[in-house]
Amino acid sequence: MTPFDETATQPGPPPASPAPWDRVALAVTLLLVDPQGLRGLWLRARAGPLRDRVLKALAPLHPRKLHPNADDGALYGSLDLAMTLAQGHTMRSAGLLSTGGPLLLTMAERCPPGLAARLGQALDTPTPPLSLIALDEGAEAEETLPPALADRLGLFLSLDGLPWQDSAPITLAPGALSAARARLRGVTTPPEARDRLTRAAHELGIASARAPLLALACARAAAALRGHPHLTEADLTTAAELVYSHRAAPAMDSPPEDTPPPEPPLPGDTKTEDSADTRSEIPEDILVAAARAALPPDLLDRMALARLARGQQTRGTGAGAALRGKHRGRPLPARPGRPSDGARLDLVATLRNAAPWQPMRRAQLGTARDPKRLIILPSDLRIRRFEERAERALIFAVDASGSQAVARLAEVKGAVELLLASAYARRDNVALVTFRGTQAALDLPPTRSLVQAKRRLAGLPGGGGTPLALGLERAAEVAALARARGMTPVVALLTDGRANIGLDGQPGRAKAAEDARQMARALAQSGTRAVVIDTGLRPQPALNELARALQAECIALPRANAAQLSTALAAALDG
Amino acid sequence: MKTPFPFSAIVGQDEMKQAMVLTAIDPGIGGVLVFGDRGTGKSTAVRALAALLPPIEAVTDCPVNSADPADCPEWAAIIDRSITTRPTPVVDLPLGATEDRVTGALDIERALTRGEKAFEPGLLARANRGYLYIDEVNLLEDHIVDLLLDVAQSGENVVEREGLSIRHPARFVLVGSGNPEEGELRPQLLDRFGLSVEVTSPRDIETRIEVIRRRDAYERTPESFLAEWQPRDAELRARILAARAALPDVRASNVALHDCAALCIALGSDGLRGELTLLRTARALAAFDNAPEVTRDHLRAAAPSALRHRLRRDPLDEAGSTARVTRQLAEILP
Repeated sequence: MTPFDETATQPGPPPASPAPWDRVALAVTLLLVDPQGLRGLWLRARAGPLRDRVLKALAPLHPRKLHPNADDGALYGSLDLAMTLAQGHTMRSAGLLSTGGPLLLTMAERCPPGLAARLGQALDTPTPPLSLIALDEGAEAEETLPPALADRLGLFLSLDGLPWQDSAPITLAPGALSAARARLRGVTTPPEARDRLTRAAHELGIASARAPLLALACARAAAALRGHPHLTEADLTTAAELVYSHRAAPAMDSPPEDTPPPEPPLPGDTKTEDSADTRSEIPEDILVAAARAALPPDLLDRMALARLARGQQTRGTGAGAALRGKHRGRPLPARPGRPSDGARLDLVATLRNAAPWQPMRRAQLGTARDPKRLIILPSDLRIRRFEERAERALIFAVDASGSQAVARLAEVKGAVELLLASAYARRDNVALVTFRGTQAALDLPPTRSLVQAKRRLAGLPGGGGTPLALGLERAAEVAALARARGMTPVVALLTDGRANIGLDGQPGRAKAAEDARQMARALAQSGTRAVVIDTGLRPQPALNELARALQAECIALPRANAAQLSTALAAALDG
Repeated sequence: MKTPFPFSAIVGQDEMKQAMVLTAIDPGIGGVLVFGDRGTGKSTAVRALAALLPPIEAVTDCPVNSADPADCPEWAAIIDRSITTRPTPVVDLPLGATEDRVTGALDIERALTRGEKAFEPGLLARANRGYLYIDEVNLLEDHIVDLLLDVAQSGENVVEREGLSIRHPARFVLVGSGNPEEGELRPQLLDRFGLSVEVTSPRDIETRIEVIRRRDAYERTPESFLAEWQPRDAELRARILAARAALPDVRASNVALHDCAALCIALGSDGLRGELTLLRTARALAAFDNAPEVTRDHLRAAAPSALRHRLRRDPLDEAGSTARVTRQLAEILP
């Protein structure tokens, strides 16, 4: 019997969560022990002394820096055009991915899906060995690492809110690291340990099969560090804390959309299979408890929302604002620059630029070279530019207050559904903001997944006051977010205009109307196009005023004819 | 390069594995679209498939893997015309790839250093006679999608730019994967895929443990793990080759044709591609089962993956097409 078995059979009390900084230090040390097995670290922190402390500890890995705008040339190596021209023979630059090793991705929250896909693929292939430290400097919950990377990197650390006094330099006894690395190969894994980690992942609602594998690697690194010949309870707990906690589905009180479908209970296997209802009654596996305790629950909830928000950022068609692109669209004049993966060489412009200088350059370089050959210098290079249209994000701000009679709310839902269908045809992104009572909520961040939009809308309850100003404020936030992602936001406000809750959440008709107008003006000033749809039974003069403040058209929702509305809205938006 | 995870060792995901094997038997079925969660073995299956497939014979220097020296494109400077066997190409098309890399473009290196106008073949050339794999296909930029649609339809890549006028064969099986939560796929591209399968994480704990057990064994002790599974891969490869040989002789009775048509009418699938793909898939399945004739069982097994993405879809319908196909199957093919 291994020591592991003895401890496994007696479920003890949930472990006390280690101090936050100890957790950081442990994660960093484990990454140093086995960067390849753990695949890397997702470090969510703003630039600052705390982050510097972590990075300093990681310095022995000698990570090479990678920028989110890195093109394929930087990743895979490419022809170095400038050097080739200067030297007269082919010069290639080495790629970061082709040589492997630890990489440091700065501003990882800005990492485009294309780069994430390439890095993910490289992380999946064992040769050359690669690990990635992703520095996520996202300020908002919505700004975060692309899911393709979040799924693949083993560890997650968030330094937000950690006081500087609690931190200390992360140091290791000399020789400890190399000793741990040497022990790593020899650590044996009891099959029970593997099965328990898999079970814990399952109970935490982690769907990806990568998580248990990464947790195993983490447990092995922990065992190697502590000098255990095989995985012990403590190693497994460490693995669950560091690898599972940020992947876990929000525990109980979150909307059902955010949790994976409930697992069908297996007959005769009641210990490991618990549904959401019984989860609180059955004593949780110690590993599950450890993973849950390791991170504050509100952080987990926010991350679940952010996972949804992180849709895609590819540039598609749509009637968005003009954007200077390098790939396609209406051609613009060529400009000097180095061709890279993102920019194509404009050959004709380059040659035109080089032509007048040929006799001079030949004279300068002597007659040793072929007189017929063109001499092109890096300064002659011209790249192409195009103007393309950005994607559009249609933000629905829906009034779900009590003044919207229940039947009327159903009609509004019908209208939004029709609009969603037309958004689908135009490949627009849609977002849904609803407001009622004393708050406005972002029910759906900009996404192209219409099924999600529909689901959120169907479950929308009605009732309460009308916090119009709050709704507009929230819509403006979403619009700013969409714009930051390169989309062109358009707000469609569906309300009866009877605002009675102010920005501060206090009732009062006059104050509420004034706040709403103010928010509307702010929204218009930010350059966001909007359209107001009057869903009231009788036209409200206040709403017309609001529409003027928004610089938007006001359309009455034709009774029981949502199709007409769709046409009217499309016309207003395209006009 | 490490040997990929063996195809036979993939736990569960039977529909995905079946779809991939069937396109290996009859590439004419068209591509496979795999939609599902992260970390469910989509990429693993594609890489495993590459290792599973029998090698092809091609001209050594040919950039488009031509089988016959006479078929090599004239723009390619071919020195070695001998025939060599090489693994079936499985080419990755990464997100954000530029048009140049996909279709090929003027070889700027040679143009500038040697003053020659030469064509540098792209990913489509490399994928000829093999597979083109697009991970996160639903996030692919629209202009690349347009380009792929065109090439997938004509089987030929035509490049007309920078004074080049080049064409070369580009017949490949398109394999796409993605997560539907992150975006929809354009109906035009959807239709290009012969088969579509949905994968989910295994729901029962024992299956999950088995997945982790095998993957861990593969990573920790690759030699013994591969020794255990490679014979099964070899067996499957032999079965695929036998099915390929048997495919032309598999009969499809009028009853089977009638069943195909009745099913597609009941489902209201657009165009006739549904029937044709269903029949081809069922035929490949019959060949795989070493059956002389397409039976209802084959049709039933092939119908969900061949038809679920072709239904005229209300974009807001969340019931899912799979349920509709299953319902009609029970009704039309009892």
